[in-house]
Amino acid sequence: MTTTLDMTTTELREVNTTLQAAAKSQANEAYVITNPRGSHAMACGLDGPLTVTIKGSTGYYCAGMNKKAAITVEGSAGPGVAENMMSGIVTIEGDASQYAGATGHGGLLNIKGNASSRCGISMKGIDIVVHGSIGHMSAFMAQKGNLVVLGDAGDALGDSLYEARLFVRGNVKSLGADCVEKEMRPEHFELLKDLLEKAGADARPDEFKRYGSARQLYHFNIDNADAY
Amino acid sequence: MDKTPQTEPRQSWTFSNEINSEIRRAAATGIYDIRGGGAKRRVPHFDDLLFLGASVSRYPLEGYREKCETSVTLGTRFAKKPIELKIPVTIAGMSFGALSGNAKEALGRGATMAGTSTTTGDGGMTEEERGHSEKLVYQYLPSRYGMNPDDLRRADAIEVVVGQGAKPGGGGMLLGQKITERVAGMRDLPEGIDQRSACRHPDWTGPDDLEIKILELREITNWEKPIYVKIGGARPYYDTALAVKAGADVVVLDGMQGGTAATQDVFIEHVGQPTLACIRPAVQALQDLGLHREVQLIVSGGIRTGADVAKALALGADAVAIGTAALVAIGDNDPKWESEYQKLGTTTGAYDDWHEGRDPAGITTQDPELMARLDPEAAGRRLRNYLNVLTLECQTLARACGHNHIHNLEPEDLCALTMEAAAMAQVPLAGTNWYPGKPGF
Ligand SMILES: Cc1cc2nc3c(=O)[nH]c(=O)nc-3n(C[C@H](O)[C@H](O)[C@H](O)COP(=O)(O)O)c2cc1C
Repeated sequence: MTTTLDMTTTELREVNTTLQAAAKSQANEAYVITNPRGSHAMACGLDGPLTVTIKGSTGYYCAGMNKKAAITVEGSAGPGVAENMMSGIVTIEGDASQYAGATGHGGLLNIKGNASSRCGISMKGIDIVVHGSIGHMSAFMAQKGNLVVLGDAGDALGDSLYEARLFVRGNVKSLGADCVEKEMRPEHFELLKDLLEKAGADARPDEFKRYGSARQLYHFNIDNADAY
Repeated sequence: MDKTPQTEPRQSWTFSNEINSEIRRAAATGIYDIRGGGAKRRVPHFDDLLFLGASVSRYPLEGYREKCETSVTLGTRFAKKPIELKIPVTIAGMSFGALSGNAKEALGRGATMAGTSTTTGDGGMTEEERGHSEKLVYQYLPSRYGMNPDDLRRADAIEVVVGQGAKPGGGGMLLGQKITERVAGMRDLPEGIDQRSACRHPDWTGPDDLEIKILELREITNWEKPIYVKIGGARPYYDTALAVKAGADVVVLDGMQGGTAATQDVFIEHVGQPTLACIRPAVQALQDLGLHREVQLIVSGGIRTGADVAKALALGADAVAIGTAALVAIGDNDPKWESEYQKLGTTTGAYDDWHEGRDPAGITTQDPELMARLDPEAAGRRLRNYLNVLTLECQTLARACGHNHIHNLEPEDLCALTMEAAAMAQVPLAGTNWYPGKPGF
């Protein structure tokens, strides 16, 4: 069953209450939201296997803290899309603004266009695949999870990185403090193959370079003060 | 032969032994001093204010006979489920990681028995804390360690942390010794590394973004939970006004004496304004917006006695929060551990290397042996007793000023002992009807 909610006549509160209740009932239903007109906080806090398609662009924090739901934005997404996502799949057909997937703990954020600065900031286990390019300071202080970029990365990629893995196919303008290129080992090819497949990305694992933490800043050492 | 008289060896005020010892420490290590606690210097404080008491023009209420209410409701502006507290003292956010699980449990037990709330902290919500706190405020911090929507939904209120009085503009620090398997797991970090908590939120900057962030938090929690915004005592007038504009139900204002788990000493001692100086500007902002008492103000930073509580309320706060005092009540810096403090190169009352995780009292540690020294039930009872004393003292002062609710305390009940306190609290210097900056003088 597919239900359509039109945001020219349905308030944000009602849209979210409807989606949250449907998700909670674990009913595996499908919802289509029309005329989102850049609304903020759309389809956030869902906790259940729901399918949501948003026909148009969204504002801040679309799909925030998502659990289990599959949410597709047929347009572009504003700042903080899928922030702190726990599980599920969020797909953006267009571009994503700043802090896409910030602090995400799990699930897949699949961005078909480009992502802006600070993509994957403080990510804690989420997988993010960006089919285009990403902006500066992406994966800043990223702790866990995988960031895959088919295009280029901006300045200071992976600054102060912890254990997140970064895979970039194109150019990296510069690496941030403590971020280094690392060898692609068999398990990384495996992982990447799987992620590219899940994201429906047209690329081969052997086209990518891997970046990760040099782990030099894990313990404060005065000789590293220049890095801060 | 007479000796030439000598002047006594004279110590420099500028280069005191204490200062020189810090210079030597810095020279030996090459790194700034990190410690826990709040500012140790003396700054104008509640001690510099006095209550006038009742007189011919105001009659007092009878102690033990005539009622003096102490209840507080927080979150009446937008939240569907405001928080009702029996007493005007709450337990401030202190992180699991900095504190042991037993300490968190003790805080929950004590606060619940006294009818008030506790607050999580950096590092997320623990079962010890949720299980033992009838009312629990969930902190939403820049690091987002352990942050998840399930905990958000099982909290009774949400506190967006913008800053802390001990370090407005600073992030957190937890050194490797305290990053045990459990703490690391909750934070999604490798065990044993020095861990920094961010100083800014990762997905918003500025008041316009904050408004949207608060909208998101409300949408996720069905507009039920009060949303607090916690600010450090930096620019209290503007920060309060902007927090209110962004949609806060409650503003938590933490002055410079406020404690921290671990930060650079230079930050603790040199950034932020004293608690006393922060309250009136914050209250002014609420009054200018016509929202004083509708958006509640919680004040923290150096609250120790019922007199401090009463004075903060008289200056316009709705409630106060305590951190350090609650830790002392459950056993921090207790003289019974003096010999162990000595071994750590310190003494009772001065122990502040909380980040090292070797707390003899078993509070600021993750070491199982030390942790076991704190009995959460007994510690919880001590906290309840202490909270009861704060409340009784506050009531005593309110009755003496003729008030049947602690919220009826007002600046007109106070005078100041020093010019500085008079200026900061905007109450008259004792014996005069004047304070520095008073309009019309
Ligand atoms: C051990 C300890 C840990 C703290 N952890 C946090 C924290 O995680 N988040 C936060 O906002 N404030 C934290 N604080 C600050 C308190 O919430 C509160 O602002 C402060 O302790 C109030 O001042 P007081 O200690 O003088 O009562 C911590 C304070 C202490 C003493």
